[in-house]
Order: sequence, then structure tokens, then C-alpha cells
Amino acid sequence: MRATVKLFAQLRAGRFKVEEIQIPEQTRVKDVVEGLDIPPEEVAICLVNGHDTGSESVIQNGDTVALFPSIGG
Amino acid sequence: MKIYRINMSNLSSTIEEVPDEWRLMGGRALTSAIVAKEVDPACNPLGSKNKLVFAPGLLTGTMAANSGRLSVGSKSPLTGGIKESNAGGTAAQRFAKLGVKALIIEGIPPGDKYYCVHVHKDGVNIKEETELLDKGNYEVIKTLTDRYGENTGVMTIGQAGEYKMSAANISVKDPKGHIRSAGRGGLGAVMGSKKIKFITLDDNDGAGIEIADKEAFKNAAKIFNKGLLSHPVSGDALPKYGTDVLVNILNEAGGLPTKNFRRGNFAGAEKISGETMYDTIMERKGDPTHGCHVGCVIRCSQTYNDKNNKYLTSGFEYETIWGFGAGCEVDDLDIIATADHECDDIGLDSIEMAVTMQTAMEAGVISFGDGPGILKLLGEVKEGTPLGRILGNGASFTGKAYGLTRVATVKNQAIPAYDPRSVKGVGVTYATTPMGADHTAGYAVTANILKVGGFVDPLQKEGQIELSRNLQVATTFIDSCGLCIFVAFAVLDSGDVAQAMVDMVNAQYGTKSSIGDWFELGRTTLQTEKEFNRAAGLTSKDDRLPEFFSEEVPPHNAIWDFTNQELDSVLPF
Repeated sequence: MRATVKLFAQLRAGRFKVEEIQIPEQTRVKDVVEGLDIPPEEVAICLVNGHDTGSESVIQNGDTVALFPSIGG
Repeated sequence: MKIYRINMSNLSSTIEEVPDEWRLMGGRALTSAIVAKEVDPACNPLGSKNKLVFAPGLLTGTMAANSGRLSVGSKSPLTGGIKESNAGGTAAQRFAKLGVKALIIEGIPPGDKYYCVHVHKDGVNIKEETELLDKGNYEVIKTLTDRYGENTGVMTIGQAGEYKMSAANISVKDPKGHIRSAGRGGLGAVMGSKKIKFITLDDNDGAGIEIADKEAFKNAAKIFNKGLLSHPVSGDALPKYGTDVLVNILNEAGGLPTKNFRRGNFAGAEKISGETMYDTIMERKGDPTHGCHVGCVIRCSQTYNDKNNKYLTSGFEYETIWGFGAGCEVDDLDIIATADHECDDIGLDSIEMAVTMQTAMEAGVISFGDGPGILKLLGEVKEGTPLGRILGNGASFTGKAYGLTRVATVKNQAIPAYDPRSVKGVGVTYATTPMGADHTAGYAVTANILKVGGFVDPLQKEGQIELSRNLQVATTFIDSCGLCIFVAFAVLDSGDVAQAMVDMVNAQYGTKSSIGDWFELGRTTLQTEKEFNRAAGLTSKDDRLPEFFSEEVPPHNAIWDFTNQELDSVLPF
């Protein structure tokens, strides 16, 4: 399965802006976060295809996962 | 404290005691109370019966972090209703240190002469002004700083205020001599109608600020300050990226209004994002972190340089970048920064002008994506050409001039940077705040998108009415304290910070009121504002979004689906 991962603000430091990743079925958002060595507490907002899902949500083939730290304005 | 009152009809001034009913008011609560009591709601906003009121907040001038905001109140020439427009800069703290609770300007001088006003410890001086007429705000501030010294506050109108345009703002000098603005509602036109080009403030030997219980104040201020710095949004994200960090998340969430509200995401978002802005500022030796007033610990402002590392603009906010950017399909941050600079210099609300440009593109005056065209049209506004005068009166006026229905305004005030269909809570605020479309009046983006103060799904109706109502009441109190709206992130997430905010007010004024009691001041202020609007002729039909928001907006195909009854239940008084 493939998914697109997008990182924002401080989460980009030492990582990337956007990448396609290969993942097994039943991969959850939190597994992606762990695979990128991002401490879970640094992720405040997870959007899957633009919907706020929470980190337990299971990723489907072709999904876009966007991860944000706490931000505001 | 005192009230300074100026009557421009005969160029006289008085110093008055503060009536008891206004003693425990400041900022927005006070400007709205004064306007409601002293201004005929049916008056012409640019006529002699309207008044212009400046007030620091309840906490302004103290050591409370982020308490230096200024409220400016009047009847708005844009909305036809009551207006409180809020700004940073160095004026509010000078009023507070002078012991001036409010400056009320009334009347209009006979004849064509323009004047300037100097505010100091013994009152005001009113003098004829000729040198700085027709000049932009940057030149006014520089000249006055040279004339009176660095340590002088300045509030000024650009050419737009002199033309009495409904998009004209009042510019306030910030600690670096750059510009912050009381942007919304056309109050620069009211100042222009009173023939005042600028107001300078000298707080030397002012009466200072009285605090009933200094120890209690100090303790509460420490908790408050620490609370702001330890919250991840106000302590970390805002100082680094500024408010423009919102471009990417609104784009991902499908709430970034693109091409005059046709889509919720923009292909060029990354190029105008806070992340890109930060990298650009660092590369060009600008300053990513700067406070709009002394005592601000969040410091979300910045200095943005051009390609030659020369100053271009500051106070470069998400809403401006969204509006001239995604809204107009322009993905060039330098062009957007130039538009921001021009708006500041001409004295135009950059939100109103950005939506006006989207409307001009809708009309075919220029094409979507035409960044240089935006700068050319801003030049027309500066020159006061017939087209410039249409544009300078805002999005509704421009839409009407070109026979359009796709015009994003409520009460004639432009809708800012969050699509009301896919960020529904803020849509409820746009529709129902007495101010006309204003995101800051009840910033439901917090719970809808940013997960601050809980979570309410932005695409569903459930919970939005209550969210907007509670935020509108709390925000009105925060505006009355002279606090920056960004203290709300920590206040919403921490009961201790909220308590500390109220403890500071109690310690300063010798009161023992609860959080609920103080929020009641927010509620009664909203009630006062709504009563003024009703007497001015606004009805519940004005608490609605434009019809075109019943169209679906991609990517979520969200629609605006609140009933009139639901909207009328938001502020049911």
C-alpha cells in the first residue's frame, strides 16, 4: 500500500516536507509517526485526506496523511 | 483616571472625571459604552454627530503580558453599525500611563483645514497641519519621530482616510517605528471626516497606573506570563512562524478560501506558507520574531525584507497573505508583501482590500493570478482615481459597482481567511457578531482546526452555535482588558491562566469578581452593541452569509446549512 505523508512546521526539521511511503495494511497514523521517529506528544493534529482523524485511525491505500505540531494564529 | 474630550467643531478640549458607570470598563467595553451613550445610532458615520473614541484596556500599561492593545470605537462607515477596531503599537500604553481612560473626539471643524492633535499630561493641543497632508503613513511616522523623538506615540491616517474611504484604517506606530493598524470598519474615514491627520502622544510625567493590591497583581501576572510562554502555540509556534503558519493547515483541512471562495485549497499554498516565509526572512536577514507592543511575550510579528535584504513590511499576517494570495490565486510572497506595505502606507485594511481585489477579479477588472495588477489597482486607490475610490470603499461597494452577487461580506465587511462552510464555527461568528464579518470576534478556528479548547468537527453543525457564542463573550472581555487575542490559546486550555487573568483585574481595581462575573461584562457589551445596531437599522436579516455560500465548496463539498432560527439563537438579546 502507498500513502503520502506531509509534515509541517517544526516536524520538518531533519525530515521532509512530503514523501510517498509504502506501508502494510492496517497501518495506523501513530505507526507512521513512530516510523518517522517523531515523539508522539509533538504531533497535535493529524489530518487524513483533510479530516481530523486522531492517531488511531487506519490508513487506506492512496491516503494523504498530514501531521502538525501545536500551531495557531 | 480621566476622560480627554475634543470638540473639533470649535477646536476646544476638556478633561473630565470618569463617571462611575465606566470605572470598571476598558477597551472594547468602554468604547462601545461611550458610542452607545453619546452617538445617535441613526447618524451619518462621516457627519458631525458621529464620535471617534480611543481607549486602552483595563490592564493596559501594567506588567501584565500582552496587555498593550488599543480599542478604537465609532459608528462604522463600512457596516453602518457600531465598531470596535483593535490594534497593537505603542499608543494604548501611553494613554494608560497618562491616566487617560478614553479620548473622545466629536464634531467637525468648519472649512477645509486639516489638524493634528498632541496628547500629553496636561491635556491636548490642536494645531493646523499642512506639511504631512497627502502623505503615506510611513512618511508621517518617520517625520513625526524625527520631529518629536523616538519616544512618541503616533496614530495616523493615510491617503485613504483623507479620501474618507470605507476601507480606511488608523495606523499606529509600533516599537520599531513600523505600522500596526486598527484595521477594520473604516475608522480612518471617521478620523479623516474630523479633519485630523495624526495624533501624537507624549506620556512623560503621566499620572501612571494605580493598582489596588500590588502584591496580588504581581503574583497573578507571573502565573499569566508563564502560562502564555508554556503553551505550545503562544510559546513556540507563533514566535517562530507568525500567524502565517495557518496557510498550510487551512489548506490541508480544505478551509483555505481560494479564487474568491470557490475552493478550500490552493495549489500554491506552500509558496505562501509560514514555513516558506520563515526561510525567506532568515535568508534575507530579516527578523522572524518581534512584538507589536512593549510587554508582548508572544512576539508573532516579524520584519520581512525584499530580495535586496531591504525592509519591505512587518506585521505580515496570515489573513492578508491568504487574501492577496490564495484568494486571488497569487503565489508570490514578495508581491503579497508589497501589497501589505502599500495597504499600511495608504492606510487601508488589508483584509478588506484583499477581498476587494478578489471582487475586482470576479468583475474582470484584472484576472485571477495577476499579482502586478493588484499593485496597480492599489496605486489607483492611493491616487484617488474614480476606480480607486470604488475599490477603496471595500468589497461590497465594488461588487455593487460591477453588478456582482459573489461578494464575500457580512454587514458589508469582508469575510476573512477561513471558509465558513468548512470551518463552520467561525462562519457562525461571521454571521452574528455585531461587528460585521470578523474572525477575531469569536475565533472558533481554535476548536474547529487547531484543537485548542477542545475539538468541534469543522464540517458538522453540532456544537458550533454554542462554541461561537462562548468565544464571542470571552473575546469581548479579553478585548476590554486590552489583552491580545492570542492569550486565548492559554486561557482556553488552562483554568489557572484564565483565573490569573481575572485575578489581575481584581487586584488592579480592588474588586472580587469571579470569571463568570467578568465574562458578564463581555455579554452586556455585546448586548449594548446589538441594541445600537438595531437602532441604526440593522436587523436579523443582516446576521446572514451571502447566498452563494449555499454552493458546495471542494474538497469536502461542504455547504453553509445553518437555519435562520439557529443563527438568531447565537446572541439572543
